Amino acid sequence: MPARAVTITSGKGGVGKTTVTANLGTALAAQGQRVVIIDADIGLRNLDVMMGLENRIVYDLVDVVEGRCRLRQALVRDKRLPELYLLPAAQTRDKTAVNPEQMVQVCDELREGADFLLIDSPAGIEQGFRVAVAPADEVLIVTNPEVAAVRDADRVIGLLEAEEKGPLHLILNRVKPEMVRRGDMLETNAVLELLAIQLIGVVPEDEAVLAAANTGRPVALSDNSMAGRAFHNIAHRLRGEEVPFLPLREPGLLGRLRRLVRPEGE
Amino acid sequence: MKIQDLFHGRRQPSSGEIARERLRLVLAYDRAQISPGLLDTLKDEIIAVISRHVAIDPEGVEVTFTEGPRLSRLTANIPLRTQRGQRPR
Repeated sequence: MPARAVTITSGKGGVGKTTVTANLGTALAAQGQRVVIIDADIGLRNLDVMMGLENRIVYDLVDVVEGRCRLRQALVRDKRLPELYLLPAAQTRDKTAVNPEQMVQVCDELREGADFLLIDSPAGIEQGFRVAVAPADEVLIVTNPEVAAVRDADRVIGLLEAEEKGPLHLILNRVKPEMVRRGDMLETNAVLELLAIQLIGVVPEDEAVLAAANTGRPVALSDNSMAGRAFHNIAHRLRGEEVPFLPLREPGLLGRLRRLVRPEGE
Repeated sequence: MKIQDLFHGRRQPSSGEIARERLRLVLAYDRAQISPGLLDTLKDEIIAVISRHVAIDPEGVEVTFTEGPRLSRLTANIPLRTQRGQRPR
């Protein structure tokens, strides 16, 4: 079966699109799927550093589109997972270097040899966003439980619905359970009610994600962290499995002790 | 619950609840592509058009926007200035 193309987008910048893409790609590949992640953020290449692959890039998406190399030559194989590839963005060009038709063509060529194509969209709703969603069979909208991020997500959902793109699913990223408990953060249900789309995952704010970005080892490589587990659950749901949503409560003293004894707890 | 209710209640609303109410309004206006400023413009123009034909009370005119699950609605409430002895039915 040819690959499903899944675009990760958000409207607002800084909500964690690239982190989500890197980790979902990692989780899917760790689950035995053949995955190509495509950095569509031309001019602001970041997926390579999130994956720790920045030293292996020879060609990029724009080289492919402009015929300077074959598609195979531009694919960078992951260091750790043999079925995970990155198609990097160009760093020195801008978002007009690739048009929607070219992106569809590149993806069509990749579909045969993969199970999933994950496309990391740039922020905004202009050409770069249009290019990133053009080949999508499915779109994941990443947002944070914040007024500005939810508003931008709503705008993006409106644009995608107008184009009859879909299905659309929501990832609520960087949730702080302690703030939600105090009433100082939007609850998951409130965001879902406002945006009226289906949820595919809730990812807690987790320092492990920052540390992982420092070292170029996505948290989804292990399930020692809350965020890593959340990304694995989303990957399972993308594959059509039913996985219950994680309880986001901070572990109490007992839970922490239990985790010490049994680190892979849950 | 409206944002006013939150403020008039005894309990202080949490910032999460305030975020939710603000978003509810902002999204409703965004989706309908209406702004509070546009409502004022509409109100002024409605007053101008209607008062060319009927005597109305411009102070009492209200133009409001409400969003429902299936249908959003603009409502104009225009009180008429009636003459003595000719009360409307």
